[in-house]
Amino acid sequence: MPRPIEVSNLSVGYAGVQALENVSFGVDQGEFLGIIGPNGAGKSTLFACMLGLNTQYTGTVRVFGQNIHRSKGPLKKIGYVPQMMHFERNFPVTVREVIQLGMWHGVQEERVDEVMRELWIHELADRRIGELSGGQQQRVFIAKAMVNDPKMLILDEPVTGVDQASMSLFYGILKDLNSNHGITIMWSSHDLDAIKMMSSHVACLNRTLYFHGAAKEFFADEKLAQIMCQCTDPSECMEHNPGIAEPPPIRNEAS
Amino acid sequence: MVFEVLAYDFMQRALLSGATIAVLCSVVGIFLVLRRFSLFGDALAHSSFGGVALGLLMGLYPLWMAYVISIISAVLITRIREKYDVSGDAAIAVLLSSGIAVGLVIIGLSGGFSVDIFSFLFGSILLVSVDDTILILAMTGAILLVILALFRQILYTTFDEKQAKVSGIRVERITYLLVFMAGLTVVTAIQLVGVLLISALFVIPNVTAMMLGRGFQGTVILSIGISVSTVISGIFLSYVLNIAPAGSIVVLAICVLGATMAAKSAGLLARR
Ligand SMILES: Nc1ncnc2c1ncn2[C@@H]1O[C@H](COP(=O)(O)OP(=O)(O)OP(=O)(O)O)[C@@H](O)[C@H]1O
Ligand SMILES: [Mg+2]
Repeated sequence: MPRPIEVSNLSVGYAGVQALENVSFGVDQGEFLGIIGPNGAGKSTLFACMLGLNTQYTGTVRVFGQNIHRSKGPLKKIGYVPQMMHFERNFPVTVREVIQLGMWHGVQEERVDEVMRELWIHELADRRIGELSGGQQQRVFIAKAMVNDPKMLILDEPVTGVDQASMSLFYGILKDLNSNHGITIMWSSHDLDAIKMMSSHVACLNRTLYFHGAAKEFFADEKLAQIMCQCTDPSECMEHNPGIAEPPPIRNEAS
Repeated sequence: MVFEVLAYDFMQRALLSGATIAVLCSVVGIFLVLRRFSLFGDALAHSSFGGVALGLLMGLYPLWMAYVISIISAVLITRIREKYDVSGDAAIAVLLSSGIAVGLVIIGLSGGFSVDIFSFLFGSILLVSVDDTILILAMTGAILLVILALFRQILYTTFDEKQAKVSGIRVERITYLLVFMAGLTVVTAIQLVGVLLISALFVIPNVTAMMLGRGFQGTVILSIGISVSTVISGIFLSYVLNIAPAGSIVVLAICVLGATMAAKSAGLLARR
């Protein structure tokens, strides 16, 4: 079984802005990888490349062993929950219809009910999506991503604007999907505590990859983690924090 | 008796083509409304007015020329939006005025036409011929078949382009296909309500239905119901009161919308 994700020497430039530079890393089956980095670090851009939404890059991106530049087939194994849901608030679709939209041909209709029960939204099945709270909508979109039984989930800042209670429920669900169903998860978040609590691995991105490795290792030095997550230029931050002698080594499992 | 008029061939043709156009405009219109493309129909109609003038000038059947210009405009607006990142409403505004302006220039230069421009501006459903009726039925059938076949893709693309794309849907193609069909729909519908009132058919029944329905299928069916019944009663009303059908149809549609809004504010329609 090939690795779910294998990225090497990925660079992306938008007119004038270098969004990603020489990023290389891999994700193993069953991993729970948290991506951190400040606004504009390139997290969404990285996801876009992995999902075939952005094809203007150099380097290679392999999804389940296949180069997605050539074949979009492997994307069928991925469930994706985007950073922002920008649908019309009064879009006339019910929760059930939204989940059905994501369904591949051949997936049984019963699966929709099953996935709604798993995510505690079965009672909302016939409500309009726009009438739900942010946290409820979030769960609907995860249900939609889960309906085809993906091997991997990609979630871009999934807890923005979600209250504490929904967040705990949401984290519980993710944890369960990862540990009990063996689903590989890759997600981005600005919440360091959540990343620490949830992820088995951490990647710290800010145009280039500053760190990629086990979460334990990353959080061994709390202060380092704080800085890496908040500064726009980590090496600059180091100078203002004499407690840390030198920038951490760039760890790169893929290369 | 009002229903005696049903015996007239012209009335039968008017009702049949009117109802057919109503169905078509509801279905195509809901996707446009949900894409914030509500004025798209108006823009295409205005530009096809230029097409009508051009057709008359060149001695071609004006409606054919209108179809050509309408489709070109539809594709052009979409292309400009994508390529130059011009907002939808600006692209539409440009086209809206240029169509009428070009039409007026052509009409002026050729010294005016004997053909009744009024019927293109406000529709002429009571004058549709057997051939027109067949064309309307065939066009509607073809477009609805395509929409039915690609229903999930079109709905998914309208709901969220990004996610649709990740699911392997070719969203650009779907978008172009949709605007192409909108181009055909607009010219077909000109015969019912004319250039100036096209948007009413695209937008009003759908806005009304969106207040009442919950799911997508239910909303579409409601919209079709509202649209067909206002068109049919509008045509009858126009005959009885001897007014232009386009006027009575749109006024009725607005009344239904107003009544729905009123009922909603009065709390008669509880949010479910
Ligand atoms: N479509 C685009 N056109 C031009 N520049 C872009 C585009 N999308 C992203 N960028 C730029 O690329 C860089 C990375 O953006 P990206 O959205 O990937 O960051 P992010 O890490 O997801 O940020 P956030 O935490 O705010 O979501 C930014 O500098 C941004 O301005
Ligand atoms: Mg982002």
